[in-house]
Amino acid sequence: MSEVLVLIDHEAGAVKKPTYELLTIAKRLGEPSAVFIGAPADADAAVEAVKRYGAEKVYVVDDTEIRGYLVVPKAEALQQVAAAVSNSGAAPAAILLPSNAETKEIAGRLAVKLDSGVITDAVDVQPGDGGGPVTTQSVFAGNYTVTAKVTKGTPVITVKPNSAAPEEAAGAGSVEQFAVTISDAAKTAQIVATQPRQASGRPELTEAAIIVSGGRGTGGDFEPVENLADALGAAVGASRAAVDSGWIAHAYQVGQTGKTVSPQLYIANGISGAIQHRAGMQTSKTIVAVNKDEEAPIFELADFGVVGDLHTVLPALTEEVKRRKG
Amino acid sequence: MNIVVCVKYVPDATGDRRFEADNTVDRVGVDGLLSELDEYAVEQALRIKEKRGADSGGEEIEVTALTVGPPEAEAAIRKALQMGADKAVHVVDDAIAGSDALGTSLVLAKAIEKAGPADIVMCGMAATDSMMSVVPPMLAERLGLPQVTLASVVETQGDQVRIKRDTDTASEVIGAAMPLLISVTDQSGEARYPSFKGIMAAKKKPLETWSLADLGVDAGSVGLAASHTAVEETTARPPRQAGEIVTDSDGSGAVALAEFLAAKKFI
Repeated sequence: MSEVLVLIDHEAGAVKKPTYELLTIAKRLGEPSAVFIGAPADADAAVEAVKRYGAEKVYVVDDTEIRGYLVVPKAEALQQVAAAVSNSGAAPAAILLPSNAETKEIAGRLAVKLDSGVITDAVDVQPGDGGGPVTTQSVFAGNYTVTAKVTKGTPVITVKPNSAAPEEAAGAGSVEQFAVTISDAAKTAQIVATQPRQASGRPELTEAAIIVSGGRGTGGDFEPVENLADALGAAVGASRAAVDSGWIAHAYQVGQTGKTVSPQLYIANGISGAIQHRAGMQTSKTIVAVNKDEEAPIFELADFGVVGDLHTVLPALTEEVKRRKG
Repeated sequence: MNIVVCVKYVPDATGDRRFEADNTVDRVGVDGLLSELDEYAVEQALRIKEKRGADSGGEEIEVTALTVGPPEAEAAIRKALQMGADKAVHVVDDAIAGSDALGTSLVLAKAIEKAGPADIVMCGMAATDSMMSVVPPMLAERLGLPQVTLASVVETQGDQVRIKRDTDTASEVIGAAMPLLISVTDQSGEARYPSFKGIMAAKKKPLETWSLADLGVDAGSVGLAASHTAVEETTARPPRQAGEIVTDSDGSGAVALAEFLAAKKFI
């Protein structure tokens, strides 16, 4: 069975959930091989983690020389791992990356290097006729579903969070220390300063089961939105209008130029529902809207809507949620 | 100094976007325009030109708007010229239709090479139709350039570029030297509207039309047949069923909503 390469998404060796989803998908397509790019000291923790989700092999790439140089060295490293796999027998059946801004850039560069087709933001990947991956994507603001496949080269696919339920499966997890040769040209654009964003303590927007969002209608007061989110154990989101007004950081923006989310429950508060916002949340399972304006287009999407002022509806709802949850 | 801004003509997102029978995006039967996200790229290119021009007291900076697309795509570069770009290039060839990101990036790279060495290649963060964001890194790869992407602030000094960007976990400052590729987000600054003067001046600005032959690109290496990906099926998502809408009065809205959430087992 051909190897399927999975790039591990991790923070100092702590593997993030989308990696397990990718390993689960990789098992459908072939033999999962994980690729770790990071500090040698963090490798053991990552290897142990991915083993539990079926990784048969783990290629460990020491990133000491390339840290801070953005995506180009990572694309070169993956190209070299893919080439080594090809040389040892069969080309990888696919290269899977967790979908985010950085990995889409890696995927773009890698596709050119490998002269291979690339598919981004897949929400499902299944083996097609002949075993090659067939992807499902949600396009045009979620108005269309597209199935596609890569027809040339090694399929390079970025997969959105929550595209598969991670399944535990013991893998051999045999470690191969992989030495890469990074070009000088790859070491030109560099991070010169970084300021970590303060952790909110709430779930990640793209991974949350419930999202409570606020828009222009909050008038800049996100407290009712945040309080409801905390009562529900939800993530906080925002519309572009709220971000542009400087009320909340861009990292919380849901929509075309922010995050695309697909939670079990999306509660839109004081958000009119412009196409740019709908593009980011239209595929949510259940949608609830609270808005003063009964003509707001968001109500066309809502499974349940309340015409009313979020500043009175949300605090009352928060109390009700707390009471019912006891 | 030369700045090339890559722009795309896209179906209007507020209109009825759809696919053709061959599963390619309908780019002709649907009203199109300059992708909103590329307006920010044009804006940043113009701001660099204006700021450096003023600071240096006369550095010559030329901003070229480049597009690849059907004849209708000329509207996109016309808009860029009206905003203030100095000249425009339109690569148009029947053989390009249906190209994937690899094909598109190949044509863009060849056009940039033909247009002359670019110190900065400026792109938007994504196209509003495909939303893939892979053409900028592909283009940088083909041109052998570093890329600094998703910038909310762009500053240049001499041949050095600094950008600021916000990732999910941090705010970063990234430095690189020209030549390079920059992509900018919608947080980078409101794009200007063309002035009446700008619209009139644009009519006299040079606009060149190139074919694949002009670029030395083999027609067989682009287009739908050369695509590295194939769409199997496109399915319109069924419209969402209208839900229940209640009007709040004295707290009734919150109670009704709590009932709904409880029935759905969210609380």
